[in-house]
Amino acid sequence: MIETVNLTKKYGSFTALDSLNLKIEKGTVFGFVGHNGAGKSTTFSILSTLLAPTSGTAYVNGYDVTREPKKVRNHIGYMPDFFGVYDQFKTVEYLDFYGASYGIPKHEREILIPQLLELVNLSHKKNEYVDVLSRGMKQRLCLARSLIHDPEVLILDEPASGLDPRARIEMREILKELKSMGKTILISSHILPELAEMCDEIGVITNGRLVASGSVTSIQNQLKANKIIHVKLTADLEKAIVFFEDEPKISNLSKNDKHDDTITFSYSGTDVEQVELLKKAVSNGLQIISFGQEETDLEDVFLEITKGVDFS
Amino acid sequence: MKSLWINPVLNKEIKLRFRSFKGFLGVIFYLFALGLVALGFIIVSTMYGQAAIFRPEESRMMFTVLSFVQMVLILFMTPGLTSGAISGERERQTLNILLTTPQSSVTIIISKLVSSISYLLLMMIASLPLYSIVFLFGGVSPSLLISTFCIYLITMIAIASLGVMFSTLIRKTIISTIVTYGVTVFLAGGTAFLTTIIGQLFMYQQYSQSIVPYLTAMFNPFFILLSNFESYLTDEIQRLSGIDFPLMASFIIIYVLISVLAIGISIKKLRPRMKAQKRIG
Repeated sequence: MIETVNLTKKYGSFTALDSLNLKIEKGTVFGFVGHNGAGKSTTFSILSTLLAPTSGTAYVNGYDVTREPKKVRNHIGYMPDFFGVYDQFKTVEYLDFYGASYGIPKHEREILIPQLLELVNLSHKKNEYVDVLSRGMKQRLCLARSLIHDPEVLILDEPASGLDPRARIEMREILKELKSMGKTILISSHILPELAEMCDEIGVITNGRLVASGSVTSIQNQLKANKIIHVKLTADLEKAIVFFEDEPKISNLSKNDKHDDTITFSYSGTDVEQVELLKKAVSNGLQIISFGQEETDLEDVFLEITKGVDFS
Repeated sequence: MKSLWINPVLNKEIKLRFRSFKGFLGVIFYLFALGLVALGFIIVSTMYGQAAIFRPEESRMMFTVLSFVQMVLILFMTPGLTSGAISGERERQTLNILLTTPQSSVTIIISKLVSSISYLLLMMIASLPLYSIVFLFGGVSPSLLISTFCIYLITMIAIASLGVMFSTLIRKTIISTIVTYGVTVFLAGGTAFLTTIIGQLFMYQQYSQSIVPYLTAMFNPFFILLSNFESYLTDEIQRLSGIDFPLMASFIIIYVLISVLAIGISIKKLRPRMKAQKRIG
């Protein structure tokens, strides 16, 4: 469980995080979306006890990060967006060091480490020096490291950044497995469609403020107030244009650029009204073969939400 | 207490330091430099003699020279070994992860310090066979050897603590290294210069006494090392300043204080300042 109450971080006059209020229930996968410098990493650093907030409080499993940082550290697995490894260590030694740092006894580590390596598909690299691992492997090793003390909460900052598509898919599979294990996961990513697939909830942050949060579909619905509708006809395009122009909730009507048999417009009505509109159009003798709503993905959601926000 | 000395961080530090080829090269360089001086000294002192004999007085002289060279080497190596302790991890982006483990700031700082010092101690121990030449020819008591090594240890710990402190406070290793070397040069050279200049000034004013030469000399490891062999210089400084308290004792106190302060600051500044623990009740 993660909760932040009016969490604020200021650097001089610059506000990196502005009264952030978040509540993530146990077992939820929460996707944190925002452009670079929006405040994602700042939030993650505070939750990982690496940064003290200017004001406000944050709780991990009920422990205040500023008052009981040691307890918080035992409950979180943190993976920073940029990280290094100790090159002189072998994969097993690397994990062994962190296992020991979390106070896991040696005989338990000997059982645990092969299991973790198995989970992140690195068993075949257990005796290699960390130095020679590829970026994707290092990323997975770091994820294994963050799991070594079996934390209930995972804080993963851009775990898929800089990975090639294949490595990204592997990372996603591992995260799905972690989700099935019931971990609370707070994850940030630039790659929005990937987040949508995995997350129960997402939060959109811009300029240190949370501008939207909720389930992926509810956020998409919030933004679908103006749907884009494409209507394809077999004949009488002009007649259709005249008909739709007279309808009250339609705006921006135009012929489709690519297909000259299709018209496109914005519609602000509800789903029920949309059904009525189609019925009326058909009963008016329009030769409609397709009446469809444009699919918006998270990318569009993100662009829509952050529209007009000054990123400079 | 056991967990403070045998802990994962120290284990890691020692493993990484002694595993690298750099660690091996360091010892080679150290022994080579020291051996060259010893050999050079024997060649020069026997070159103009009638017979190739090496007298106990020369042996003592050689011990003094070796001790000074070793002090120079220690002052040269300690900042390099410690001034990247924390900032190096920060630059390699391993520090954040280390700080999210439950390892306490005390453990991390002390482990960094202990591992650097153990490496320096290894070099000192590796140099002991060179000293056996001195013992072969006589002229030096074992107690002198022990006190000399104690001075090294105290100096080493103080400089190492300063190095770790600067590496905690300063984000970049290169700047931290420059600052640590700067402070070391001041402690080793600057204070000697000041002591000499001020000492000269007061020498012509027999009636006046000043504590300034004493204050600057007590920071200087070379003066202390010299006073361990010959006491005339420290006697003179103490006479000039009118302070009876032994210079050596002041040196020990001040260097221990520097170490404690630097370690304390490092521990405090390693992690961000959090609010105090909530009082129960």
